[in-house]
Amino acid sequence: MSADPAQDAGAAGAASEDEAIRVENLHKSFGQLEVLKGVSLVAHKGDVVAIIGGSGSGKSTFLRCVNFLETPSSGRIVIGGEDIAMRPDGTPVSRKQIEKARTRLGMVFQAFNLWTHRTLLENVIEVPVHVLGVPKAEAIVRAEKLLARVGLSAKADTFPAFLSGGQQQRAAIARALAIEPSVMLFDEPTSALDPELVGEVLSVIRDLAAEGRTMLLVTHEMKFAREVATHVIYLHNGVIEEEGPPETVFGAPRSDRLKQFLKSVA
Amino acid sequence: MRAFLLPHRIVMILIALGIVLWCAFSMRWDWIPKYTDLALLGLWRTIWILVVTTILGFLLAIPLGLAQAIGPWYLATPARVFCTVIRGTPLLLQIWLLYYGLGSLFPQFPWIRSSELWPYLRQAWPYAVLALTLSYAGYEGEVMRGAFSSVAKGQVEAAKAFGMPRFTLFRRIWLPQAIQSALPTLAGETILQLKATPLVASITIIEIYAVASRVRQDTFIVYEPLLLLAVIYMAIAGLITLMFRWLERRVPTKGV
Repeated sequence: MSADPAQDAGAAGAASEDEAIRVENLHKSFGQLEVLKGVSLVAHKGDVVAIIGGSGSGKSTFLRCVNFLETPSSGRIVIGGEDIAMRPDGTPVSRKQIEKARTRLGMVFQAFNLWTHRTLLENVIEVPVHVLGVPKAEAIVRAEKLLARVGLSAKADTFPAFLSGGQQQRAAIARALAIEPSVMLFDEPTSALDPELVGEVLSVIRDLAAEGRTMLLVTHEMKFAREVATHVIYLHNGVIEEEGPPETVFGAPRSDRLKQFLKSVA
Repeated sequence: MRAFLLPHRIVMILIALGIVLWCAFSMRWDWIPKYTDLALLGLWRTIWILVVTTILGFLLAIPLGLAQAIGPWYLATPARVFCTVIRGTPLLLQIWLLYYGLGSLFPQFPWIRSSELWPYLRQAWPYAVLALTLSYAGYEGEVMRGAFSSVAKGQVEAAKAFGMPRFTLFRRIWLPQAIQSALPTLAGETILQLKATPLVASITIIEIYAVASRVRQDTFIVYEPLLLLAVIYMAIAGLITLMFRWLERRVPTKGV
């Protein structure tokens, strides 16, 4: 695994078979403020890439650019070997193409964002049935399995408002898994949780990592990142300050900023 | 049941019962049998006018609200002007402008008089339905504007993130959530719409209010028909409240 595309791919632009996501030189500005100043990353199948950094480092923005929830200012994004065609201003050329690419990315939000007007089961079958065209009966069978897997079988017919944050986030993970994504995107999945609820969500994510799912994980949980990640990226002020395998990034950080950051969050 | 029957409640119930009995025995109700058929017809008209105009009006309110919430200026501005004009003028005036204005304009065109629609256009009810529909749309367009804007950004974002196409997103996520949050307001507005229906009596439509007037004109009995009318309107309003409460309870969005 290397997050440096130049090293990784033989010829520029060539996507190898097992490449799940490739981001090249991603820039993003909000007005005058440049949040991402050329971030690149390659995730192969089975990689768990943890993205860490202080608040305002651009890590969430980076993740949200990958599925175009934020429009990148410039750069190149390849999802599952498919280059997302971008106009010079960064907007996707074809809405169809980006919508299709998004169905391969299972996003989990900091604030869960379960649909409040639907029960857990309805939340999980919503996208398979109404976007992917899976027959409803089949989607329900699969959704029940997924809810069982995150320990929420008993809550299938409950509305999100009646659940704890940890339960909601586990349901949100089940919803993301229901689209059978090739990559899971986690945007600070435990940051909005009470401390005693963090563990149950992390254990679900740990299981996903153990079964070899490809994941991009933006997180503040350093111990957890060290444990599950195959590759760690430290973002600072919109650039990759340091990256590498978790043992190196956490065990033997080179840059002073990273050393300082690790000390401050320890 | 025992918890319900507190002393103060028992007293109130007895007083209410006393009033009803007094009304029943000391007032004149002998006119009722003669007017039952007409009253039922009037009640039926009131109800269908209410149902048809709220449904059509609400269907119009959705695009009106959406245009104001996220539409480009060339859609948002006309929608805002429409809502402002409708809400800024009396409904009675709107009904009369349509009935006496349009209604007297149409016959001047031979092609309208010879069209298949003419048998309808020469009656009063199409103008009443149009006026009440536009009025409901004007008020509810404003309500829906707020409702669309109030749907949490994360809800729409989650749907986008899973590749949901725009129309599906609108139909499955955005619209249901907007309606859900607007339901309490819509319940009140629908009751207001009910109480606006007597205005169509002024353009010759015999609905339940017009029946009460007819009784007064024929028999010189004033209070009894009006009292009964009040009870009927209250009963319908109660039904509307129950219906909306049921709709609201179907989706519990607030935890325990």
